[in-house]
Amino acid sequence: MPKITYQGKEYSTEPDETVLKALRRNGVLVPYSCGAGSCHTCMLHCQKGSVTERSQKDLKPALKSLNYFLACQCTPESDISVALPDDEDVYVSARCVKKEQLSPTVWRFSLETAVPVFYHAGQFVNLKNEAGWIRSYSIASLPAEDSLIELQVRRMPDGQMSHWMIDDFDIGMHIDLEGPNGHCIYTDGRPDMPILMVATGTGLAPLIGILRDALHQKHTGPIYLYHGARTSDEIYLHDDLVAIAKQNDNVHYAGCVSGDDVPEGMQAGRSSDIAMQEHPDLKGFRLFLCGAPPMVRAMRKNAFLAGASMPDISADAFTTPEHLP
Amino acid sequence: MSTLFEKIGGEGAVDASVDIFYRKVLSDDSISHFFETTDMEAQHAKQKAFLTMAFGGPNNYSGTDMRTAHAPLVAKGLNESHFNAVAGHLQSTLEELDVPAELIAEVMAIAGSTKEDVLGL
Repeated sequence: MPKITYQGKEYSTEPDETVLKALRRNGVLVPYSCGAGSCHTCMLHCQKGSVTERSQKDLKPALKSLNYFLACQCTPESDISVALPDDEDVYVSARCVKKEQLSPTVWRFSLETAVPVFYHAGQFVNLKNEAGWIRSYSIASLPAEDSLIELQVRRMPDGQMSHWMIDDFDIGMHIDLEGPNGHCIYTDGRPDMPILMVATGTGLAPLIGILRDALHQKHTGPIYLYHGARTSDEIYLHDDLVAIAKQNDNVHYAGCVSGDDVPEGMQAGRSSDIAMQEHPDLKGFRLFLCGAPPMVRAMRKNAFLAGASMPDISADAFTTPEHLP
Repeated sequence: MSTLFEKIGGEGAVDASVDIFYRKVLSDDSISHFFETTDMEAQHAKQKAFLTMAFGGPNNYSGTDMRTAHAPLVAKGLNESHFNAVAGHLQSTLEELDVPAELIAEVMAIAGSTKEDVLGL
């Protein structure tokens, strides 16, 4: 019978026994609720070995490709090693290689890790400095094309970590990095699907990574990217994105300014409002929403009501107090 | 003899219904506030679990579970009119998907059987 490894210990399974039953029979109290594959409470991450198709049937494509599965639906066919989704916090050392200012408040950091970190564009990492402050930052780079991990950090009046990063964390210095985390990523398999991306502030960081990933994987369907900020000088990387849209017929980009004084080449209004006005019917769309939690919440609901299927909506709400309006 | 869950189309039927049903519920101003949370994905999963149960599918939910889960909503004023509104959306979802009337009746009977637990009566 296959064996299950969990937190370094090996557990036996019985014939036709699910991972959930085997672990609980052995006194390992992983969380669960419905036991029928509906509630997803018992979702685990398979770190080694393979899980059954049935145990991933209902999961988002992103979770599938990251090897998550439902413990109550999986009768293992070979040895597997599993972990709780939030159990995996191992820090590696990362060195700052490049640091540059992108807008009045946003800086770009390029980090090199001591050991390779395997990530998908759009995931996030946790940084811990010497004072022990921990903050999450989305990854803007694409592992297939970039050797460094790129993060974009926005200076926020109340964000002590953002001040420290921008004022004190310089080229050559080291910081602890944990991750990757999150499942806001591009998944292949449906290359002609239309994609709608909406960001506010540094919510742009993961979306740039996902956009480049989609292009790298030869996505053929239209990709619409809306980036919003209050003032036009915070629509950073605008020229780069205009250039990407020019080079790729299927990419459409709009910088959206919600305040007064909208320069030529940008649109007036909030990114989520403009996106919904231009795409009132989202049936069959894949969505990526990143940035301020109120925008992400409202946009998720509006997108769902406009016909998008819930599993096709990926969102990353930046829940630090510094991102509140 | 096949079960109601098999006759109605099993998990495929749940998948086909859940978005339509949840959209109806969220668009109904008389009840949407009971369904709006910060975690729409979790709420969507709950609707799926509910439909699986109403379709006679595999589930481990007991009357006590239903009672406990809905108690906070009852405290916020959940009453029979809200229950009936949700039931109406369930019925129209199934009608939209051309489910035969006799199967809809069976589903509505299962949904109706949860009323006392849901409303804490």
